[in-house]
Amino acid sequence: MPGKLKAKIVAGRHLPVMDRASDLTDAFVEVKFGNTTFKTDVYPKSLNPQWNSEWFKFEVDDEDLQDEPLQITVLDHDTYSANDAIGKVYIDIDPLLYSEAASVISGWFPIYDTIHGIRGEINVLVKVELFNDLNRFRQSSCGVKFFCTTSIPKGYRAAIVHGFVEELVVNEDPEYQWIDRIRTPRASNEARQRLIFLMSGELQRKIGLKVLEMGGNAVVGYLQCFDLEGESGLVVRAIGTACTLEKLSSGSGTHTHPNTAPASNACNSPSKDGKEPVFGEDLPSSSGPSTPFRALPTSSSSPPPFSPSKPCSRQSSSSDTDLSLTPKTEMTQSPRLRPGIFLCPSSPILSTDTLSLPGSGTLGCGHYSGLRATTPPPLASTHSDSALLRKSVSFTEDLLLAASGMGSGSMGKDAGPLKTLLRQQTQTALEQREFPFFTLTSFPSGFLLHVGGVVSARSVKLLDRIHNPDEPETRDAWWEEIRQEIKSHAKALGCHAVVGYSESTSICEEVCILSASGTAAILNPRYMREGCLDLGGSDQRFEDPSPSSCGFCHIPYDELNMPFPAQLTYCFHCRRQKVPDVLFTTIDLPSDAAIAGKGCFIQARLCRLKKKGQGEANATAISNQLPFMEYELHTQLMNKLKLRSMNALFGLRIQISVGENMLLGLASATGVYLTALPAPGGIQIAGKTPGDLNTEQHILNIQKRINDTIAKNKEFYEVNPPDLTEEVVGSPIPEPRLRSRLFRSHSESSDELSELDLSHGKKDAFVLEVDDTDAVEDIHSLLTDASPPKGFYSCNTETMPGIYNWTSALQMFTSVRVLRLSNANLSNQALNKVFTDLCENLLKSFYFKLRSMIPCCLSHLVFSVAVPEEDLIQVAVTAVAMTFDKDQTQEKPAEKPITKGCSEAEDQLQFSLELCTDSSSINSQSSSKNSGVPESSHLSTRDRCSTWLELLRLKAHTIRRGSVKTSRRTQSLAHSVSSLEHSSPLTEGRSRSLRSSRSFGGSSVSVVKMTPLSFLPGTRIVKYVGIINMFFIRETTSLREEGGVSGFLHSFVAEVFAMVRAHVAALGGNAVVSYSMKDCVLMENPNKNQCQCLINVSGDAVIYIRETDQEVTGSTANIGLSCTSSADGAT
Amino acid sequence: MAVELDVFVGNTIIMSEEVYQLWLDGYTVNDAVKVRMEGGVLDEFDAKVDVVLSDTMDQYRTFQMCERLLHSPTKLANQLLFQIPPHRQATLIERYYAFDDVFVREVLGKKLSKGTKKDLDDISAKTGVMLKSCRRQFDNFKRVFKVVEELKGPLVENIRQHFLLSDKLARDYAAIVFFANNRFETGKRKLQYLTFQDLAFCAGQLINNWTVGAVDNMVEDMDVDLDKDFLQELKELKVLITDKDLLDQHKRYKHLCLDGKLSTLFGKQRLLMRWRLISRGLVNIATKLTNTKDVRDFFIDLVEKFIEPCRSDHWTAADMKLYLTHYTNSAHILDTFKYQVVWDRYMGVIKSCIFKMYHD
Repeated sequence: MPGKLKAKIVAGRHLPVMDRASDLTDAFVEVKFGNTTFKTDVYPKSLNPQWNSEWFKFEVDDEDLQDEPLQITVLDHDTYSANDAIGKVYIDIDPLLYSEAASVISGWFPIYDTIHGIRGEINVLVKVELFNDLNRFRQSSCGVKFFCTTSIPKGYRAAIVHGFVEELVVNEDPEYQWIDRIRTPRASNEARQRLIFLMSGELQRKIGLKVLEMGGNAVVGYLQCFDLEGESGLVVRAIGTACTLEKLSSGSGTHTHPNTAPASNACNSPSKDGKEPVFGEDLPSSSGPSTPFRALPTSSSSPPPFSPSKPCSRQSSSSDTDLSLTPKTEMTQSPRLRPGIFLCPSSPILSTDTLSLPGSGTLGCGHYSGLRATTPPPLASTHSDSALLRKSVSFTEDLLLAASGMGSGSMGKDAGPLKTLLRQQTQTALEQREFPFFTLTSFPSGFLLHVGGVVSARSVKLLDRIHNPDEPETRDAWWEEIRQEIKSHAKALGCHAVVGYSESTSICEEVCILSASGTAAILNPRYMREGCLDLGGSDQRFEDPSPSSCGFCHIPYDELNMPFPAQLTYCFHCRRQKVPDVLFTTIDLPSDAAIAGKGCFIQARLCRLKKKGQGEANATAISNQLPFMEYELHTQLMNKLKLRSMNALFGLRIQISVGENMLLGLASATGVYLTALPAPGGIQIAGKTPGDLNTEQHILNIQKRINDTIAKNKEFYEVNPPDLTEEVVGSPIPEPRLRSRLFRSHSESSDELSELDLSHGKKDAFVLEVDDTDAVEDIHSLLTDASPPKGFYSCNTETMPGIYNWTSALQMFTSVRVLRLSNANLSNQALNKVFTDLCENLLKSFYFKLRSMIPCCLSHLVFSVAVPEEDLIQVAVTAVAMTFDKDQTQEKPAEKPITKGCSEAEDQLQFSLELCTDSSSINSQSSSKNSGVPESSHLSTRDRCSTWLELLRLKAHTIRRGSVKTSRRTQSLAHSVSSLEHSSPLTEGRSRSLRSSRSFGGSSVSVVKMTPLSFLPGTRIVKYVGIINMFFIRETTSLREEGGVSGFLHSFVAEVFAMVRAHVAALGGNAVVSYSMKDCVLMENPNKNQCQCLINVSGDAVIYIRETDQEVTGSTANIGLSCTSSADGAT
Repeated sequence: MAVELDVFVGNTIIMSEEVYQLWLDGYTVNDAVKVRMEGGVLDEFDAKVDVVLSDTMDQYRTFQMCERLLHSPTKLANQLLFQIPPHRQATLIERYYAFDDVFVREVLGKKLSKGTKKDLDDISAKTGVMLKSCRRQFDNFKRVFKVVEELKGPLVENIRQHFLLSDKLARDYAAIVFFANNRFETGKRKLQYLTFQDLAFCAGQLINNWTVGAVDNMVEDMDVDLDKDFLQELKELKVLITDKDLLDQHKRYKHLCLDGKLSTLFGKQRLLMRWRLISRGLVNIATKLTNTKDVRDFFIDLVEKFIEPCRSDHWTAADMKLYLTHYTNSAHILDTFKYQVVWDRYMGVIKSCIFKMYHD
């Protein structure tokens, strides 16, 4: 299915002087896509050339459209010698491939050179004409939308959340190819950049295919990472959550919903197409995510060998069905498929894989399982057991899987009865959907029923060369193994799902630590049963006895058969169900959770020396250390949490980085006081030898300081639980004699530990043993953790618990600090101190630099640590500072959560409301915005909405191909309506006018806001124009001249920001949300005056409008006009 | 435990005006940190030296990267590297092009060449402006001079458009360019008492009245070069001192007007003597202006031929104003005097310059 890509080179400006003699440049441009290249004329002697070229047309497959970037090279013409390259621009044209997003890319792009940085700008126009024939057997997945945002994007509702999708692509790293010895650094960097662009395009396309297969039309919470494995290759991998998203367009809904296919409106052409597979094409795609028997390591030999949607059985069945039904798919898949072979080897390989290393480089050791929910879990013991168990269980599962796979495969031959059969199976499969993973971190109310706790798994692997890039089986198998483990942990916690799921790696030489973590949870059974998530639906409020403000805290596991020792109490909110004493999660605080006071950024840091080693010995040493590190980090977190008198952690992210001679552990989270959970006890200091007077005195001192700190923190974070009954308040200093002690030494077996834990009383305090040197360290670090200065708050979650009235000022920043350890013979403690200070100082300097924004909150503080070289510690932080209105915060902390919940729901509600009401009710709607939605209308509309949804789904099955037309019609309808009616998301007209004014208007540069959050305070996101996923390399051979490493990196980071902003602006957007810097790899060689840095960033480009604008302006047309005029005025 | 790298980059530029000023003033990072710590503003924030240092470094780096753009301020508005709010852009530019009056007084009228640049050390030592700052200011002058040199149209307007400066600053730069172009001598000891603002005012007067641009506003260098034709015409004023009749008539008329109005009590005789001297001086200046060398000495001549004599007689500023006004006007009544227009164009400027230059 071809498409036509058109590009036009308009002009350049601020070009560098390439001809010293004339102080001018003779520039021309090469435009390359795939293997086709066009050139513009040379524009002689100008630093601001006006090429105004013709439209260069590329006729290409949409598969290429997805994979390839448009590559624009600006060169200086030289009559006598070779033309000199000025720089390049890579344009990802993916955003043009879905109908809703941008229709044209147009704007000024920085011309980037990997050696010189930005060298001028170029104005480019890019369009795509996609021939919308909906071939369902294609290899492309144009139209599947990607979002980095880890919640349902604003302005959309999720009709169905299909589940986990993953994929990885590997290749040789150009930097390590033989040719790199003879080519210039520039050529090598460019080869690398281009390759990664290609790989991530391919990856996205493949994930898109999976989504289409599952019947979705979008990926939410898309997380893409690069593993630079050095000699052994380059891995690009991604995970995400497949969804069927529907656009909430207030204008379009009114008329389209009852009769004209809403499906086409909701999920555009591709999803239309994609919907079919759910019932028609193959069973496994839908059963995939739900299947209880997951694919096993190395079991499948296809490049996308494992995903929940593609377990190995699926492969067989689908290959069969493909053979009969879908010749094209079969064609492309067949080279990868080896029917008959792969099923058999899978099981034996599995059993060996975990035990020894059959050349795959796997080290059997080091699967560390952390059930991290309450008091330190019995880590070591579960560890080996579960591993064993897992092995045996999975074996049988595999057989089962094979059987079922065969069955469905044979059925695939018969088209007629197949369907009904498949449908049945689909349904049962959905019911069995026991372990779906979700990369989302925040959910609409009612979705999340109970939260079990954090589950995480790590594994240490030895990297080996990836021999055949088309079959990255080992990497797949590694991840498969880890996910399997996560799944079993979740099961152990009595949960059937993992939310807030993420994966990461840390690589040092040939050793690689793979980590995955998430939060075990129970999701709404209604959703599970129907396989449809009606996010707007509130029916669960009837079914679910527990109120949403505390329901998620209630334990999902069996009280008598607890997976780990915990102290349970009755929920302090509803008094009906049990809750744990502490709750750790990786997700954001649910919007309707009842909390007291404000949240607080909590960080545990740990640095451990490690002997230098090689190969397996090294890997073993590392994996032996891991459990202890996790344990220690956990203890630190717990202490710090208690010190702030809070009882829950959200957004927990534990990173363990490996270096040649040390391991770094960094756990960040946001502490909150959940009123449903019991009040935390104090921290108790105990000495081992009570007789000694000196020690006694010392301990008393420390104890006093701790108690003071607790009191101070309580005040600072305004933690005043509303109804603290006598029973709840544990005295901060419990009688030492009555307390059992928590021994912190590592030799202590965890079994003992758990027994001791069990004997803890209800109102327990944490006991720290002072004689333990580690504990002294701990206490020290506890007390040296400075709380933020007045007027500052910080958190690492999307929103700061306890602050709701944001004002619109925001400042996103990236900060990188590298510390060189001068003394090679540091002890663990000293190292810890250094590392802790590094993190603390970073925070302090943020507060200082941003002091002009007070009152202000640092949100979404994401730290990432690395050990780039021996004796170097690198910490990179990306966060956003947002101002808020101080006065209101104190007024209504209690009331706010409710209104907030409503406003959250509002997005989803809006559609349904307008579906069912005439324009007269719009007033009521707008009033309800302020007051909170009246309960009755709320429910009725939701009911209606859900029935409507059923209708929609039925429609989707009956409507087949002709969808192109229908979708067009609804779209145009949507336009006319929205332009006539009140506030609706931006119409094409506006975005176009915005864009044109920008690209041709002249000098002034439009402001692009950036934030790591999914929202911009005080504004409303009206359109997502595309995902931003960029990778840059910068290198210098004149480090000193560029101001040293700091100067080099400073300008590089600024350049990366500039390029992101330019791309967003060219797409017509005015902000980036969910921005993140995935990688920042810095390699320096000051002696050679050289330095190289790689940065990978991603985010969602959006168009937002100010909330006030929206209310004031009647129609979008007006907004468009005013925008254009103001833009014109500015130019 | 050395910090190898420390970088903080915001999506929107992060700068404090205080640090920017320190940077412009030529403070090294360490000195700037010292100043900031002593400033005491940071006390409330309990900032440690390392925090302030890191912040200062970040800002200095940002400014250094911006400096290239500041050299052509129009680029600052449409560059993509930094996201700078418009008001910040204006501040950055205005401050960057701001200069110290003490410093500019030293280089005023000097050739903006490498030779002068070498003397900046001495100027720095003399004025107390840091060398780095001197260099920036000097380079600014030079840059503005170079750009404006080849442009048509009004000087001030050109400067304002190309460097996005405020009106006041643009006028000052126009003066600097004008002085540099005509190489007016301002360094002599006798002229030391004049401030830059005095001279800038005079330059403004000259630009507005004596240049080509005052007549025709679309010529190259119109505001930089003096109107040759006008200077030629000035020669004709010689009649005022050479023609005995005219001189006497002129003198008489003026005396009639001035009688009893001057506060200073001069003997009639003395005033008469002065009159001859002054009149001769002013007309001589006018007639010699065709000579480039004498153009350079314009200000010295004014001081020597007019201001110093008056000052030695302890004239007040008011007296002088009165005197000059009548001196100018009385020429109008001379029936044989044919150069009224030139005379007005000449005396108008001389008058306002002398008013400005005459300090009590």
